[in-house]
Amino acid sequence: MNVILIAVIVLGAIGLLASLVLFFASKKFAVHEDPRIGQVSEVLPQANCGGCGFPGCSGFAAACVKAADGGSLEGKLCPVGGQPVMEKVAAILGLEAAAAEPKVAVVRCNGSCQNRPRIVEYDGAISCRVANATGAGETACQFGCLGCGDCVGACKFDAIHMNPETGLPEVDEEKCTACGACSKACPRNIIEIRPKGRVVKGSARRVWVDCVNKDKGPVAMKACNVSCIGCGKCVKVCKFEAITLENNLAYIDPEKCKACGQCVNACNVRHAIHATWEVPVPKPKTEDAPAAAPAAPKAEAAVEAPKPAAEETPKAEA
Amino acid sequence: MKTFRIGGVHPEENKLSADQPIKVAALPEVAVFPLGQHIGAPAKAVVAKGDKVKVGTMIAEAGGFVSAGIYSSVSGTVQKIDTVIDASGYRKPAIYIKVEGDEWEETIDRSEDLVKTADRPDLTPELIVEKIKNAGLVGMGGACFPVHVKLCPPPGAKAECVIINAVECEPYLTADHRLMLEKADQVLVGVDLIMKAVKVNKGYIGIEENKPDAIKLMTEKAQAYPNIEIVPLKTKYPQGGEKQLIDAVIRRQVPAPPAIPISVGAVVQNVGTAYAVYEAVMKNKPLFERIVTVTGKSLAQPSNFLARMGTPMSQLIEACGGLPSDTGKVIGGGPMMGKALMNIEVPICKGSSGVLIMNDKEAKRGKASNCIRCAKCVSACPMGLEPFLLATVSAKANWEKAEAEDITSCIECGSCQFTCPSHRPLLDNIRIGKQTVMGIIRARNTK
Repeated sequence: MNVILIAVIVLGAIGLLASLVLFFASKKFAVHEDPRIGQVSEVLPQANCGGCGFPGCSGFAAACVKAADGGSLEGKLCPVGGQPVMEKVAAILGLEAAAAEPKVAVVRCNGSCQNRPRIVEYDGAISCRVANATGAGETACQFGCLGCGDCVGACKFDAIHMNPETGLPEVDEEKCTACGACSKACPRNIIEIRPKGRVVKGSARRVWVDCVNKDKGPVAMKACNVSCIGCGKCVKVCKFEAITLENNLAYIDPEKCKACGQCVNACNVRHAIHATWEVPVPKPKTEDAPAAAPAAPKAEAAVEAPKPAAEETPKAEA
Repeated sequence: MKTFRIGGVHPEENKLSADQPIKVAALPEVAVFPLGQHIGAPAKAVVAKGDKVKVGTMIAEAGGFVSAGIYSSVSGTVQKIDTVIDASGYRKPAIYIKVEGDEWEETIDRSEDLVKTADRPDLTPELIVEKIKNAGLVGMGGACFPVHVKLCPPPGAKAECVIINAVECEPYLTADHRLMLEKADQVLVGVDLIMKAVKVNKGYIGIEENKPDAIKLMTEKAQAYPNIEIVPLKTKYPQGGEKQLIDAVIRRQVPAPPAIPISVGAVVQNVGTAYAVYEAVMKNKPLFERIVTVTGKSLAQPSNFLARMGTPMSQLIEACGGLPSDTGKVIGGGPMMGKALMNIEVPICKGSSGVLIMNDKEAKRGKASNCIRCAKCVSACPMGLEPFLLATVSAKANWEKAEAEDITSCIECGSCQFTCPSHRPLLDNIRIGKQTVMGIIRARNTK
């Protein structure tokens, strides 16, 4: 009996002592975490994609709380959750959500099997990174899509797929969250995250140069039927100074672009500019037929018909 | 017989052109000189369109310390400075020269007389390095590292011996083999000059046993040079790797990077480089021509050419009887480390040791299947790495793990991929991993 009593007392004393140590330790070394981080974290999608630029959703939550202490959530955007989620986050933190334009990934290459002839056969590892380092790809274009699908593998939202007919990736606008994982995975920097654009008649309107080829005109022309040859016609027709020409390649600044579609019509020989809607083709002025109205007279693009291109201007100096 | 201690494979040798004497290749119509044909900064063009040049005229100067000048291999007029698709498959800046006649710079000694080191007592180590630098010399084995950089040991390091790489472990290639048979005396003077430049009195020439005629001839000729020893080596790939050769010849192992061969007291140069050193120092001849093996099982006449730089590879293939109808791939270099070419108009550069034409059957890569954990790649790796692991972590972009597993030690010899029974693209992935990790390390060091 005595033995049991001693054991109970000794163990009880040790337990009491240990609990006291733990109690003081928990007070002394307590890590204070802002409870708002947990709350914000809960409304985030938990995709941990890193599209926001922070390591995972809890990292983003911590950054939002820190930014909220500074008084503004500007520049913070969860690309997956988008505006609704940012509004929830702002509500938790007692702030207004900064208005952010919805974005989407665009593939800037139209070098499909028909447009860009295959000149060699690549039989290395099926990876764009490897193909890019091993050689220039299967076509004469050293800038365009390699078609091994690194972007498809990088997408966590099943939003980008290879089209077996064209051999090019296609973005599902509904599913794309503009997290930018595909853009980072592409060794040739073909995929760009651009604003979705103004919504007209239920569809977002955006325009981009569907090519990244920086070769001089004649070389680019030979490599692909729809390459940008840097002729600069689009630069001339743009009324908003949204298009710049650098290294034999045009680029449309999405901030300045008003999606008027003038450039799409200007690039009527190469068809290197892509628009998400059907841009009405203006009637050539020589055809004196005002009665025949254009198919979509309301479209802004038709406000002023661009002058028919004088002649194909190949790239500047050789 | 000596050889390196870790790993290695023995691919079929296929030295088809070993009996073919070196032929002088015809001059091209237009010679093309890419500005980046060596490791380090690309050269800077010093000629403009319309300039007249002679054979041996400098057309581009070194773009930094680790860089090398480029000299015209032809006489004629600079046609344009444009781009050319080089062996990498990408367009790179290059100088085009239209060939007119064959007029050489007067400073070049074109006689066949052998000049020995004893005939030139004025040659100090500094002068030798200076002359090598001014001749645009780079390692002729394929990596194209500027020679003068290797001959100036970094502070604290001291060279103890010179090892000449004459193993030519790549299957098919016979350029070094023929060079030793036809220019043995000049090669030995070249070795002597390199030894003098780095101030050592011990030189080794490592030759694989599959070249018995070269071993015999070189041993005879080396009688006159008591400090130069000919070391016959067991035929095993990749014996021509710098670290493998040092291990095979002097039994020392170079530690993992950033250690370099000089850390264990060795300076390694290719036998072709030794010959180029002789020509540069004794004959004032810059590096503008080299021996190129053009070979392949289906090729009508595999040959060894003395070709001027800038000659399109297609011209050499034509001289061997033209591209066979069953051509599967054209490789720049040997079958193990060479690179498949996208375009056979690629010009011969300082590092072009060979052009290999593979037939359809040889060229076909097996279909990759799952890793069966046989560890053949681990046994074959001459650097003692685990290729299956490196390839997997590279494919998964796990760069921390790749660095921890010493991916930067990989010498890209391809033994792992050669030996893999599942035909897995091991080296393809490891190469990407190595490049990325090296980039990460560089970024970290500059921070």
